[in-house]
Amino acid sequence: MISGTVTIATEICKGCELCIVSCPQDSLGLSPSINHKGFRFAQLVQDNCTGCTNCALVCPDSAITVYRETKSSKRASNPLVASQAA
Amino acid sequence: MSMTISDNMETVYQKPATLTETPMHYCPGCGHGVVHRVLMEVIEEMGIAEQTIGVAPVGCSVFAYHYMNVDMQAAPHGRASAVATGVRRVLPEKYVYSYQGDGDLAAIGTGETIHTVNRGENILMVFVNNGIYGMTGGQMAPTSLCGMVTSTSPYGRDEHVMGHPLKITEMIAQLPGAYYVARHAVHTPTAVRKLKKAFKTSFEMQKQKKGTCFIEVVSNCPSGWKMTPVEANDWMEKNMFPYYPLGDIKVPATMK
Ligand SMILES: Cc1ncc(C[n+]2csc(CCOP(=O)(O)OP(=O)(O)O)c2C)c(N)n1
Ligand code: SF4
Ligand code: SF4
Ligand code: SF4
Ligand SMILES: [Mg+2]
Repeated sequence: MISGTVTIATEICKGCELCIVSCPQDSLGLSPSINHKGFRFAQLVQDNCTGCTNCALVCPDSAITVYRETKSSKRASNPLVASQAA
Repeated sequence: MSMTISDNMETVYQKPATLTETPMHYCPGCGHGVVHRVLMEVIEEMGIAEQTIGVAPVGCSVFAYHYMNVDMQAAPHGRASAVATGVRRVLPEKYVYSYQGDGDLAAIGTGETIHTVNRGENILMVFVNNGIYGMTGGQMAPTSLCGMVTSTSPYGRDEHVMGHPLKITEMIAQLPGAYYVARHAVHTPTAVRKLKKAFKTSFEMQKQKKGTCFIEVVSNCPSGWKMTPVEANDWMEKNMFPYYPLGDIKVPATMK
């Protein structure tokens, strides 16, 4: 499984939950606390994000940045692939 | 839960630089924000931000010029395509787009809309149809669905008294000046990707001076519809899409 992660601009987020329902991994949920606008904000609730970008694509406030493990780093960490490359 | 971003991770998605840092005033979950971002992403990726001029409407997206980091001009209610016509004619080498809601484009601005497309003005018209006047408090729009409850149709829209929901996009597609006409949405990642492609195609056609490209986006208005954003998108899929089906409405022969 490809590993990824997201960062969410918690002061920009309006807690609309559209990212939460679009995440195939159920990685996101709403915070228990509120931001300065008075909204509960989206946050990672599980460590299983694949970096698919679904959440960021539907976020109306462009609050989400998505990161993914690079292919080269995957190759280096996979001994089988590394030996093939050598 | 917070994951650290390690050295072996790359950024695969971030807000485009063609959107300003100004936080958007839209209600939570409002589709306008997604449409703004998709349009600005295309402009960033095509590298045309310096050559693009947008025209903002009156409606909830009246402050589009605060968010879209390109040269912009505000237009009076309904007149965005007329103003865009002026910009186009004075600056023929620029990329020009108008951005309007359904009250703006299909009610007060119907005349401007029809004649702009009939002239085949070489612009992109972006039409955000949420079936309601969002900005002014959720009044019925020409696009409101039959039976839809709004602040001016409290018993639901009765088509015998209030007319039928106006499919203005199908109407203008009949005009010879309309080059590329399509209807999209922004409620899922797939829909967002398709809209992005349609905007890109529109600017490519504009470069070739093909005529009017008209892209409707069926969108939500959680506040006007009195629903949560998740409920609103669900309601939109079940009720708006059957009447306003997504897809190409008029495509040039070269695209078929
Ligand atoms: C000449 C004029 N008439 C009426 C209005 C009031 N008005 C402002 S926005 C609006 C309708 C907006 O609806 P829409 O274009 O669908 O945009 P939305 O807010 O739904 O995105 C109206 C009637 C106005 N500003 N100017
Ligand atoms: S990038 Fe994909 S997996 Fe990760 S949080 Fe967003 S939607 Fe979920
Ligand atoms: S989609 Fe954006 S604004 Fe809505 S809850 Fe998620 S991060 Fe917040
Ligand atoms: S009133 Fe409707 S269209 Fe306007 S910002 Fe709120 S949700 Fe969006
Ligand atoms: Mg509207």
